Amino acid sequence: MRIECPHCGERDLREFYYQGDATLAKRPAADAGEDAWDHYVHLRKNPAGVTSELWCHERGCGAWIVVERNTTTHAITSTKLVGDF
Amino acid sequence: MANASAKLNAQSPCFGLVPIEHGTVRVVEVEPTHISAIAPFKGKTTAVNKALSASFGVRLPAVGRRVEKDAVACLWFDHSHAMLIGAKVDDSLSSLAAVTDQTDGWAVLNIAGDHVLDVLARLVPMDLRPSVFGTGSTARTMLQHIPISLSRLNADTFQIMAMRSMARSVVHELDLAMENVAARG
Amino acid sequence: MRLDGKGQIDRTTPISFTFDGKRIDGFKGDTIASALLANGVRLVARSFKYHRPRGIMTAGSEEPNALVTVGTGTETDPNVRATTARIYDGMVVRSQNAFPSLRFDAMAMNDLAAPFFGAGFYYKTFMWPKKAWEKIYEPFIRRAAGLGGLSGRPSERRQEKAFAFCDILVIGGGPSGLMAALTAAQSGADVILADENPELGGRLGHDRVTINETGGRDWAAAMDAKLRAMPNVRIMAQTAVTGAYDGGVFGALEQVSDSTGEGVQTCFWRITAKASILCAGAIERPIAFANNDRPGIMMASAVRGYLHKYGVAVGDKVAVFGDNDSAHQTALDLVDAGVNVVALIDSRPDVKIDATFPVYSAAEVFDTKGRHGLTKVGIRQGTDETWIDADCLAISGGWNPSVHLTCHMNGRPTWDAGIQAFVPTPNSIPNMCVAGAASGVFSTMAALETGSDCALDQCRALGFDVGTIDLPSAENTKYTIDPLWDVMGDGRKWLDFQNDVTTKDVRQAAQENMTSVEHMKRYTTQGMAPDQGKNSNVNALAILADATGREIAQTGTTTFRPPYTPVPIGVMGAGGQGKTFAPERFTTSHIASLSRRAPMIETGLWYRPSYFPQDGETTWREAADREVNMVRNHVGIADVSTLGKIDVQGKDAAEFLDFIYINSFSTLRENRVRYGVMLREDGHVMDDGTTARIGPNHFVMTTTTAAAGPVLRHMEFVHQALKPQLDVSMISVTENWAQFAIAGPKSRDLLNLVLDHPIDNDSFPFMACGTVSAFGVTGRLFRISFSGEHAYEIAVPSRYGDALYRMLLAQAESLGGGAYGMEAMNALRVEKGFLTHSDMDGRTTAFDLGLQGMMSKKKDFIGKTMAARAGLMDPMRPRLVGLKPVAKGHRLTAGAHLFDVDADCIRENSLGWVSSWCHSPTFDHELALAFLKNGPERIGEKIKLNDHMRGISTLCEVCSPQFFDPEGARTRG
Repeated sequence: MRIECPHCGERDLREFYYQGDATLAKRPAADAGEDAWDHYVHLRKNPAGVTSELWCHERGCGAWIVVERNTTTHAITSTKLVGDF
Repeated sequence: MANASAKLNAQSPCFGLVPIEHGTVRVVEVEPTHISAIAPFKGKTTAVNKALSASFGVRLPAVGRRVEKDAVACLWFDHSHAMLIGAKVDDSLSSLAAVTDQTDGWAVLNIAGDHVLDVLARLVPMDLRPSVFGTGSTARTMLQHIPISLSRLNADTFQIMAMRSMARSVVHELDLAMENVAARG
Repeated sequence: MRLDGKGQIDRTTPISFTFDGKRIDGFKGDTIASALLANGVRLVARSFKYHRPRGIMTAGSEEPNALVTVGTGTETDPNVRATTARIYDGMVVRSQNAFPSLRFDAMAMNDLAAPFFGAGFYYKTFMWPKKAWEKIYEPFIRRAAGLGGLSGRPSERRQEKAFAFCDILVIGGGPSGLMAALTAAQSGADVILADENPELGGRLGHDRVTINETGGRDWAAAMDAKLRAMPNVRIMAQTAVTGAYDGGVFGALEQVSDSTGEGVQTCFWRITAKASILCAGAIERPIAFANNDRPGIMMASAVRGYLHKYGVAVGDKVAVFGDNDSAHQTALDLVDAGVNVVALIDSRPDVKIDATFPVYSAAEVFDTKGRHGLTKVGIRQGTDETWIDADCLAISGGWNPSVHLTCHMNGRPTWDAGIQAFVPTPNSIPNMCVAGAASGVFSTMAALETGSDCALDQCRALGFDVGTIDLPSAENTKYTIDPLWDVMGDGRKWLDFQNDVTTKDVRQAAQENMTSVEHMKRYTTQGMAPDQGKNSNVNALAILADATGREIAQTGTTTFRPPYTPVPIGVMGAGGQGKTFAPERFTTSHIASLSRRAPMIETGLWYRPSYFPQDGETTWREAADREVNMVRNHVGIADVSTLGKIDVQGKDAAEFLDFIYINSFSTLRENRVRYGVMLREDGHVMDDGTTARIGPNHFVMTTTTAAAGPVLRHMEFVHQALKPQLDVSMISVTENWAQFAIAGPKSRDLLNLVLDHPIDNDSFPFMACGTVSAFGVTGRLFRISFSGEHAYEIAVPSRYGDALYRMLLAQAESLGGGAYGMEAMNALRVEKGFLTHSDMDGRTTAFDLGLQGMMSKKKDFIGKTMAARAGLMDPMRPRLVGLKPVAKGHRLTAGAHLFDVDADCIRENSLGWVSSWCHSPTFDHELALAFLKNGPERIGEKIKLNDHMRGISTLCEVCSPQFFDPEGARTRG
């Protein structure tokens, strides 16, 4: 598997660290309430289809990346820096 | 108080490990006088470039590039840092950028020879064809399981920077791959 | 029998090897199979299940029967396909799955018991009694099952992994592959052409083919030379592409050399290609008739291959049987070479062939004879049945395109009624197109055309300028077939030769309602052998379709998975053996520690000294106890460079740290150090450590050794994803500094022997930090303590680490101190109740650790909201306490569970567990840190420790985790 790092270009999977669903990049305010925090920390969709995931190009440039990937085909449709997400 | 005549002897990261040579490929250690990580503060990139140009005739390189002027090289290092190698940066740069001394953090090795690409193809999961990774290219990647910085100095010379503590493992991996490539003839 | 003037191998270089101890002579370029056939050896194997005598069936990697063991000792390779392995002098080849010998195999009784061993036998038979499975059935089946065996010892051969990249990967070097590679290369693409055989040309080497008025073989050689001369072409011969994976990545196995010599034997390539062209050809399929598995029954194309490539006539009396025209070619080529063809049997009526041999049209082979090798062939024409003498029967049931790689990403092939075979479904693999026989076109001209067309398409898609390509001319005959799947008659008719599956098994599966192709496969094991049913799956589907009254297209097909051909685990593991399994990290004091005989222990990738034995000490405890006492009474030195050190700079650095840590760092003064704890967002502790402020906007944070990488990654995430507006940057400086702890009442005395400017308590109070100079080298000094003693950590640039460590040890020894290792460090910190990841195991909260007071109320920080959940602040949670034994000599153990004194020691009654343990020389008994429900409220009570694993039960007293100097007076002053 290859992932396009917005900085480094297409690189081998082994250079990347997988974190999980991209929800983690949208942190609620401290006072957003239990539901918002429960959703942020615990609740995840498990789609058969397009999903957004957080990967870190840890063995490369260190950038955190949001990877849009289709779970049924493994096709990666887009990658962007988490700051642009 | 310390005995004034006593002295601490310096030891290089690859002390006793290199040079090594198999077939056409040779690995030697490089000991840069200084390595500094530079991360410009917000809005200070232009000023940093100006300062570096004035001091060393180099600018912060583009992503994946390494620039060199006389004995000073500046290479892109990660999403926020460049590395200035071969000269001490002026203290005044610390007002424009996060400057971190990295001189002792890295084992720096040059690997060169006709079959250098064959050796690296056994260790590095990257496309190193000249059309993709020509002279002046640099990347952070892996050498087997070891994180490295890899730069192409010319057609058949690459520079590897690896964490100092892993120097022995890096040399071991290179040695094995070089031996295997040489054994193919 | 070897024919004079035939074949392409080097007949001037004889090579001899042994097969089951008997010497066999061949030539350079022979496979084991061609050499055996040249010497008249037909019986080469016993089948998997019934131990039926088997011979060589094919001339390629699809071979189901002729699996042999090659080599001896540690370099033994089982299940080598005799049809692909080249011979070399001294090669030792043995047959498999036969005892005591290939000819007289005791397990052949399975064949007699065959009626009992049909599909589903295991499922039905070994169910009862339940107990018998483990003790009787399974050991027996395991002994009887399997083919070749491994040596059981580590292999010493060299194997490699490597990476390659290209624009276009051409898989297969037959006529279509050669044409595709040339076309793509001439358009300017970087091309890799991989072929599993040593020579390019594919079937051009096995057949009489004319291209541009020259022999196909010569044309292939010329193409080979032309391609090799192009700088943008890389030819990878003897490299089987074994799998297609996500993102244009292909796995490929290169056979670099045979088992002899010092060189690399195999290399596993990961080839990344922007586009690919599959030119894998086609595989001829057999026909099911009774006893179609005897040695001497071969594929018609293989008979041609042995003739043209190796100059071997596979029999003296050859019969040919087929349902398509390619069988005819075999008969004609044999006659042309002077081999006696005794019959051509074609199942189709009105066969037109200009023949000098008997031709039976609308006929079929219904049975054969010959126990260890074919002797007679039974021919049925209408109602007439005749037997003729034959020692070889060449069969052709048509051709199956090699669609395998197109199925590796879940693609299913499409049934093509015209050629009665499955063809690749377009776009099954992104950016792959299929040419030649693999795409279902079988003439040479079509192979050349489609190869070139595919290459042009792929080049256009990649943006290359394509020119016009001159296609050579070649035969363009139409392939016609009238399929014959199953010849009527009694007796077992084999489908899957490698797994011993017969037509009866498939029909039985259908009868027992295993009508789905996937069920049939698993019930009968059809296609589940290492060859994945390369030459049998389609036949089995046809039988299943017939048995269930469906068309083949409706019946569907099972899928093919990687690897296309078997890949040794050893080559996949290349680069992961011995020292290459994981990098090792060494501190600058490593050599000095070794010279003091310290046993090293692994901490993550790091190696750290466990203890420093002295003369007369016989156990680690003696050494560790001495070292603890040394630190408590004098001074000790320990390398702490392995702790993560992260340099954090920027005008918002303090604000950033405030968000990372539960406590505040914006309030930390310059030249001071503060202990900090960070949480995960779910409210549990992630890591702890000290952070020093060495400038207004400059901090140096330390992490635990194990968490250095994850913490930096976490900080980058927080910055890049959650707080991008903050002006801060961070970088690891772990490697730049060699850092040593100097701990004990005499630590300052020692420091003042090495520093260029002496310090005192006023200039360097507890939790101070600053720049110092030692022997002229500028370093950093931190007055922090992980031992509870008056202690410092001094950091110098790593190049001076070795020298400074030796200097510190020399000075420490002059003060009655010395080096201490991890064991002493552990005891020192347990005595003080300091934490490590044994205690912060990912389930603990700051509340559990008694650190809730550190959680700032004035700011938001990672984990704050979730840490405040009632469940994480419940007093009944297991919380940190200290334990000591009520009776001094009694043992405590890490991992033990805690129970009320009168409670049964069962899981339901567990009140917590011991996370850390030490023998404390300071108290002269054992100590433990533990997590106990409502622990802090139970201090002074008795609790029972029970270690089921080690059989230890100890009555303990619950106490404060700060056993030693709870006020911390020793660290100050």
